[in-house]
Amino acid sequence: MTDWPVLSAVTFMPLVGVLLLLLTREDSAYGRRNILNVSLLTTIFTLAVSVYIWYQFDASNPGFQMIEKHEWLGTGISYHLGVDGISVLFVVLSAFLMPFCVLASWLTIEKRLKAYMIAFLVLETFMIGVFVSLDIVLFYVFFEAGLIPMFIIIGVWGGKDRVYASYKFFLYTLLGSVLMLLAIMAMYWQAGTTDIPQLIAYNFPRQMQTWLWLAFFASFAVKMPMWPVHTWLPDAHVQAPTAGSVILAGILLKLGGYGFLRFSLPMFPLASDYFAPFVFTLSIVAIIYTSLVAMMQTDIKKLIAYSSVAHMGYVTMGIFAANTQGVQGAIFQMLSHGIVSGALFLCVGVVYDRLHTREIVAYGGLVNNMPKYAVAFMVFTMANVGLPGTSGFVGEVLTLVGAFRANTWVALFATSGVILSAAYALWLYRRVIFGALEKESLKALLDLSPREKAILYPLVILTIFFGVYPAPIFDATAASVDLLVNNYSAALQAAQNVALSVQ
Amino acid sequence: MDTIIKAIVFLPLIGFLIAGLFGTSIGAKASEYVTSGLMLIALALSWYVFFDVALGEQEMIKVSVLRWIQSGSFDVEWGFRVDTLTAVMFVVVNTVSTLVHIYSIGYMHHDPHRPRFFAYLSLFTFAMLMLITSDNLVQMFFGWEGVGLASYLLIGFWYKKPSANAAAIKAFIVNRVGDFGFSLGIFLVFVLFGSVNFETIFAAAQTYLPAEGAAAGEAVVTLFGMHLEKADAITAACLLLFMGAMGKSAQFLLHTWLPDAMEGPTPVSALIHAATMVTAGVFLVARMSPLFELSPDALTVVTIIGAITAFFAATVGLVQNDIKRVIAYSTCSQLGYMFVALGVGAYGAAIFHLFTHAFFKALLFLGAGSVIHAVDGEQDMRYMGGLRPHIKVTYWMMFIGTIALTGVGIPGVIGTAGFYSKDAIIESTFASHSAVSGFAFALLVIAALFTSFYSWRLTFMTFHGKPRASSDVMHHVHESPQVMLVPLYILGIGALAAGYFFHDHFFGEGYAEFWKGALFTSAENEILHEYHHVPLWVKWSPFCAMALGLFTAWYMYIRRPELPKYLAEQHRGLYQFLLNKWYFDELYDLLFVRSAKWLGTFLWKEGDGRVIDGYGPNGVAARVLNVTDRVVRLQTGYLYHYAFAMLIGIAALVTWMMFRSSF
Repeated sequence: MTDWPVLSAVTFMPLVGVLLLLLTREDSAYGRRNILNVSLLTTIFTLAVSVYIWYQFDASNPGFQMIEKHEWLGTGISYHLGVDGISVLFVVLSAFLMPFCVLASWLTIEKRLKAYMIAFLVLETFMIGVFVSLDIVLFYVFFEAGLIPMFIIIGVWGGKDRVYASYKFFLYTLLGSVLMLLAIMAMYWQAGTTDIPQLIAYNFPRQMQTWLWLAFFASFAVKMPMWPVHTWLPDAHVQAPTAGSVILAGILLKLGGYGFLRFSLPMFPLASDYFAPFVFTLSIVAIIYTSLVAMMQTDIKKLIAYSSVAHMGYVTMGIFAANTQGVQGAIFQMLSHGIVSGALFLCVGVVYDRLHTREIVAYGGLVNNMPKYAVAFMVFTMANVGLPGTSGFVGEVLTLVGAFRANTWVALFATSGVILSAAYALWLYRRVIFGALEKESLKALLDLSPREKAILYPLVILTIFFGVYPAPIFDATAASVDLLVNNYSAALQAAQNVALSVQ
Repeated sequence: MDTIIKAIVFLPLIGFLIAGLFGTSIGAKASEYVTSGLMLIALALSWYVFFDVALGEQEMIKVSVLRWIQSGSFDVEWGFRVDTLTAVMFVVVNTVSTLVHIYSIGYMHHDPHRPRFFAYLSLFTFAMLMLITSDNLVQMFFGWEGVGLASYLLIGFWYKKPSANAAAIKAFIVNRVGDFGFSLGIFLVFVLFGSVNFETIFAAAQTYLPAEGAAAGEAVVTLFGMHLEKADAITAACLLLFMGAMGKSAQFLLHTWLPDAMEGPTPVSALIHAATMVTAGVFLVARMSPLFELSPDALTVVTIIGAITAFFAATVGLVQNDIKRVIAYSTCSQLGYMFVALGVGAYGAAIFHLFTHAFFKALLFLGAGSVIHAVDGEQDMRYMGGLRPHIKVTYWMMFIGTIALTGVGIPGVIGTAGFYSKDAIIESTFASHSAVSGFAFALLVIAALFTSFYSWRLTFMTFHGKPRASSDVMHHVHESPQVMLVPLYILGIGALAAGYFFHDHFFGEGYAEFWKGALFTSAENEILHEYHHVPLWVKWSPFCAMALGLFTAWYMYIRRPELPKYLAEQHRGLYQFLLNKWYFDELYDLLFVRSAKWLGTFLWKEGDGRVIDGYGPNGVAARVLNVTDRVVRLQTGYLYHYAFAMLIGIAALVTWMMFRSSF
């Protein structure tokens, strides 16, 4: 079984679904059902394979596993796949969220369903491809290609300002990526390889690290998104269809964090150390600034989008704290945020489908006729606030511990985020859910349908499960994170020794 | 024993899950009986543990349950640590919780959402038990925030009331301000001791400071720009942890949520906002006594904050008209007493007061609930009066609560529960060597005077005098059913007798044998012996304060009922200042709420909108449009224009190449 190309399988399985979809016809209710069933089954199979990968994954091995390597184009660039403790869970997360996206689109997408599902499945291939690539060119191809389906999803199936939002999204992310491409070329000329494990082992000169770090940072910071290049996110979220928002918040935002962990920290340790205070500053600004902005939003989706930016602030802070707690906390926070923010957007989708507005003032008192919805929304709100016992807490507390060890000022400001997050999240909850049911338009709303229960309940269970028993995630990541952190501090130590011996 | 402890903690959780998930299908009655029944079992087991651990020979028990967060050296697991301190809290929490469950069966009789109510009560109990059994700081934080969640849900239980929703959010957020400090405290403890587990911390703490006279060590941590050596680092950690305690226990500056929390149903006020949750801060400091004992400075701060709270809350309590708010401020004030006791190193006295206070304050709240039940939901004492003949049992139960709260008793002979515990605190404060002991002592005695005044004022306004309620209401006044009265009887017995029976154990001859080291006191801490040897006038001063308060209240509300109004008009400024709670709410609203909202809007519209988007994507897009416009204009379609442009280009290229080669 070991030589079975399981990573290629998980990456390209969605494309098999695409092929099947191409054979279907959309013109009848029957065809529509076929499309949905094919898409759902494809995503479920992909999820099954990804879980199998997690199961087969040897947590005690800090290096890359399940390696597949083939020469490609005869240029030194190779088709090289593999996972380690940092990437394996992101593969699972990507595959995990897809069935929910299909289910969330079950009724809401009325036009061009086939094209929509094809876009999502192609997107899934690209996202998983990013996490399993061990060749930097391959990584870049997947990383950039992912933009296109997302651009189309927002631009075609989005809300009324979808064109503005999709261009903003595209331009912002493309701008960063161009710089990254230049950096990749420079790295190839310097190190003579595009192979990620070899590049990690390669020692880039200090001066060059600075430039490369900045180029990569431009790309990842936009993807993250970090303040002040975050303004595309609220617009993109507001305009995207529900499932688009789930993927955007759940996976695409994690590409930036993953990039920092895969490239910036291990390949450019000196530059990372040098720029850490800069990243800390941006992270703190993101946490406080966007939390305050989130508080005043009038659109539910925008509020959650801003809160995502704040939560990603904890991630960047944890990553550049560059100690075990910080990095593990950041990974955990990303996974947890993938579930929780995805779930929050799904929650918004539930009421949007009923009322077709996202304005907070249009709601109020939903607990009266939608108690089950209120409970699910409460759990995710509390996870968003970082209440202990939900998965949101574990990542938050670890990143803060990591930051506290690195710099207490950073932890001080970042911890104030726990007050602000409570303020905006509970205020939102109060305005949407609590109160008397007075608005006429709301009185006829029904509680969760079986389909919506099937979407939200598993996420509720996972949110609480990983809050109480996060050990499976820490077990998978521990060895690789230790290796990363040790190599990082060894590199800093070596550079310091050199500097001392020169003096 | 392990199973028993697990049962005590998890039975309420099971009750919560049953009532919460299946409440609507099994019905309200079943939810009530299931949750209350499980609580009764937990209660019986708690007393068993109390007799075994606190009064018996049983050593501290440790139970591991499950792995939790493991990341490098940050290693936390779910586990229980049961020593005398926990056993005492077991008894307090489960006794009051069980009685409140039972009482609520009667009190919430008409509410359509009873399953949800009982689920929340059990959830609260579970979280509180997790807090007190924790064997590390992070699990404690879990319980800490868990009770905060339950409190939020219960204050906002009547979600249709906007005031209840506002109060719920306020409680959560103000508590989060405290938790902000608490989290930083946990992080600092982790950095200092390399662990957040009590066992490791306490073992290391004993030898942590350099020996007396040794040179001050070098800085161990850089905190917010300050290079702290060991002693200062401990002080910083204690102060940060204490900030959490201030939030949860509604101490001065972070107290504003507690009076508003009275929006919740009255049984909730009795359970959460009087007897158990608000004492979590006291528990935290007592639990961390091995650290606090190392830092006299931190203890001084605790004393000052406690004394100010005791005094401040008592002054506000003097003039409130809402029956529940008076008791709420009284709670706030009594918590101040407990913190003073902690601050002067009399941990036993603090926990003793926590223990007795739970009985008489729960009694007062449930009694107030019975009154409110009788007068059809009215809470304003100005519309009560003359209720005694109609609800005799409630009156006598409230009377017992009042004499326990005011500390009626004869020094050296016998007294109510509050008498023993409060006098122990006041005397310890006087006897302590703390730099602020005189200050704290004076404030506590004045607060005792005020306590007596507002407690009797409450009794007189509610039960005595002429009825001020409408005849319609007076006609319907009725005594509560037995299911509500029996809990009152039990609490009444506790309020009368708990002091007499337990004062030796908590803060007397049996101290060492009872606590078995659960409360740590350093070698210099002699408060346990010294407080017996205070001058006679000190012993009598709380008694005199109590008597004076009683007399004043009697004079103003029975003898000359027109006097309070006259006084209020004479001293209008002072009266308004007290009635409006020293204007803290208005001040905070201006300082934090409005400015945060303004800042949020500003950053959104100006920061994101005008600066970032204006100069960023939208600006760039606008420039691009400009440029393409011009490019379009350049494309004239005339061949010679293009040819000319090409020529210029070639010329430029050639020039550049010539220059380059010349270098």
